[in-house]
Amino acid sequence: MTLDVLYFAWLRERVGLPSESVETEAATVAELVDELRLREPRYAAAFADMAAVRVAVDQELRDLGAPLAGAREVAFFPPMTGG
Amino acid sequence: MAFRVQREDFDLGAELAALRAGRDDIGALVSFTGLVRDPDGTLRGFELEHYPGMTEKALAAIESEALARWPLQAILIIHRHGPLASGEQIMMVATASAHRAAAFEAAEFLMDYLKSRAPFWKKETTAAGASWVDAREEDEGALARWSRG
Repeated sequence: MTLDVLYFAWLRERVGLPSESVETEAATVAELVDELRLREPRYAAAFADMAAVRVAVDQELRDLGAPLAGAREVAFFPPMTGG
Repeated sequence: MAFRVQREDFDLGAELAALRAGRDDIGALVSFTGLVRDPDGTLRGFELEHYPGMTEKALAAIESEALARWPLQAILIIHRHGPLASGEQIMMVATASAHRAAAFEAAEFLMDYLKSRAPFWKKETTAAGASWVDAREEDEGALARWSRG
């Protein structure tokens, strides 16, 4: 499947781009993260501490175990600081 | 849904006047305004990034939840993004109800959720460099008191 993968704040800076199209067979967010980590050191750096990373699947907050079946968009970002 | 996500500043007084214009069922109008702080005078830049699409979904969900919990006549949320200077308005919420308790509580609820459930990220630049503002643990803790069952 093809996913739009988005990065925000320091994750965007570490990965070096705001979004990209990713071809993957990952079943869960955690599997997608593992695939990305293996690509290049900048991904490994961005995903070094997953306790500091939040995930949204199709714009809804999810955890790392969330399934990706049917998903179109996955976003990674630090804890939010609105308000 | 009464929320806006915008780069431009807003006129708090005009927004509150518009919210209650022509209505006589509102007895209490509460507003909160978040501002860019620079207590040490070291801020050189401030930027708010957000997640277009998810931001609107999150604000709509937070607003719906507040309307379901309190007897409110109106809610307004305005949240800015982009570069801001010290002293500038970042965002506002306003809640209108017949009586003050619901308006105060709903405004606090909206703020607690906006802090850690709306996809915004603050970046500050000082002489020491640029850094993303860390989420505060107490902000996450503040959500716990609103959880039901």
